Amino acid sequence: MIRHMTRRQVRANYLAGLGSLVWLGVVGLPLVVLLTTTLRTQSDYATNGPLTLPKRLTLGNYTDALSQGFAQDLANTCLVTVSVVAVVLLLVPPLSYTIVRSRRRSVRTVFRVFLLGLAVPAQAVIVPMFYLISKAGLYDDLTGVVLPTAAFSLPICTLILTGTMREITPELYEAMAVDGASPWRVFWQLVLPLSRGGLATVVVFASLQAWNGFLFPLVLTQSDSTKVITLGLYSFQTEHGVNAPGLLSAVVLSMLPVLGVYLFARRALVQGLMGMGGK
Amino acid sequence: MTRSPAAGGAGLTRPGLAWALPATAFFAVFALVPLALVAVLSFTAWNGVDSPRAAGLANWTALLHDPVMLKSLWLSALLTTLGVLVQTPISLLLGVWAAGHQRHRAILSAIYFVPLLLSATAVSVLWRALLDPNFGLPAQAPWLFGDGNLLGSRDGAIGVLAFVGAWQWTPLHTLIYQGAARAIPQVLYQAAAIDGAGRLRQFWHVTLPQLRTTMVTSTVLMVVGGLTTFDTVLILTQGGPGTETTISAYYMYEQGFKSFDFGQASAIALVLVLVATLVSLAMVRLSGYDAMRAGTEGI
Repeated sequence: MIRHMTRRQVRANYLAGLGSLVWLGVVGLPLVVLLTTTLRTQSDYATNGPLTLPKRLTLGNYTDALSQGFAQDLANTCLVTVSVVAVVLLLVPPLSYTIVRSRRRSVRTVFRVFLLGLAVPAQAVIVPMFYLISKAGLYDDLTGVVLPTAAFSLPICTLILTGTMREITPELYEAMAVDGASPWRVFWQLVLPLSRGGLATVVVFASLQAWNGFLFPLVLTQSDSTKVITLGLYSFQTEHGVNAPGLLSAVVLSMLPVLGVYLFARRALVQGLMGMGGK
Repeated sequence: MTRSPAAGGAGLTRPGLAWALPATAFFAVFALVPLALVAVLSFTAWNGVDSPRAAGLANWTALLHDPVMLKSLWLSALLTTLGVLVQTPISLLLGVWAAGHQRHRAILSAIYFVPLLLSATAVSVLWRALLDPNFGLPAQAPWLFGDGNLLGSRDGAIGVLAFVGAWQWTPLHTLIYQGAARAIPQVLYQAAAIDGAGRLRQFWHVTLPQLRTTMVTSTVLMVVGGLTTFDTVLILTQGGPGTETTISAYYMYEQGFKSFDFGQASAIALVLVLVATLVSLAMVRLSGYDAMRAGTEGI
């Protein structure tokens, strides 16, 4: 009877298999078209449409995109991303450490404020942010993009890292206390090394937020010299929307670094994205 | 070095408030102050150049009598509901399916995941190009797209926004459900199997009840995400045709950064925050999520 049951559990689920293939088409077809379109000439695309295979493969769209300013946009985006990650890494670990270890009521209140911050959408604050950043003389300056972007990734990064740090057992703290370690030494020698997984997730999440950020750059910058890649896509689309191969090459360029992270640090990336789910 | 025993057992020293200060101050300046400021600005008239000046309730009375605002709230609700209705069943089924450890499932899951790697901007730009009536898919597959100008009609534009939202966000929710489904104890399925429950009944009586909290989390995320959808609308429809897809978040942007009526925009932003918070709170309460959390923590 047991054997009968296990066999039943293993039986293939054809209906689910079919459904999963349908979804593969929905997700995969646009991605295939995205890729083939970037590898064909503009006239080939205009005459033969997106669903045919390219007559001749070319990388011209990519070199055009890079020379038309997307290289600068990518460089700006890199700068913003690295800075946001730096700010987050500077601020979040000490905060999470305090939240996990302190017994003060005020610290618990701080944690609650950050949790509430999870629910505040960036859209809600673009007007006052524009006001503050202009007042601070940071309008059209990448610093003005970095600061709010970092601030809005703090709540979720804190939540992720706090979760990791909670798993460090009290015995380890006690062992260090016996040695008379200061909070600073405990932080450096115990907490940080044991939170590497959470830190990786935080880095990935903060970089994704910064890399894919659109709203803050949209309202806080205006020049070509401060344009990030998402804005570059948007303005290219409004100006030369007909040039689909050129536009989509820029789309592919914009996702290459993220794809790289996906291939090499899949675990941290998946955790980071689940972090977007607030879990 | 000796420490005062007040620090707690066995000389344990704990980090003081100072450790939390930098992050808290930073967050206060760049998130909490703006949030408070949005409320203040909603009572001012500001064109973005001069200083804001007090305008009393003018923005709010204007908002109450603004047909576009009322319609935008309705549209936000409609798009959010569509998002939940489309994405929940797909991501739930895909997530539970992907929770299995078979190799082909792992490979397919890795592909399903790709849209999440793209920014909302990239996704919108991609679909805008794919749906171009002259050069995109509609020109090649008229049997599917009719006259092809999807974004030219109200229903078409709303359908496109719902579809593109689902295309981009279903992977996230699939991932959430996948994680949760993997956490369901196998014992429950074994017990159900012993009781003679088939696959369908196991799904209905074991999987679904076990995923209740996850459903709440996922739905709250969909609602908040839906209410604040912005990039997609800006790039795909610009709120059109007419104001047929001008949802509240986009209307706020238009009022502020296109019409330079930042006071009005702030009032809309505040409405948006309140609605998003209230809806999330209500859903968490109604679903008994609080109680469930407390219950599981007790175990």
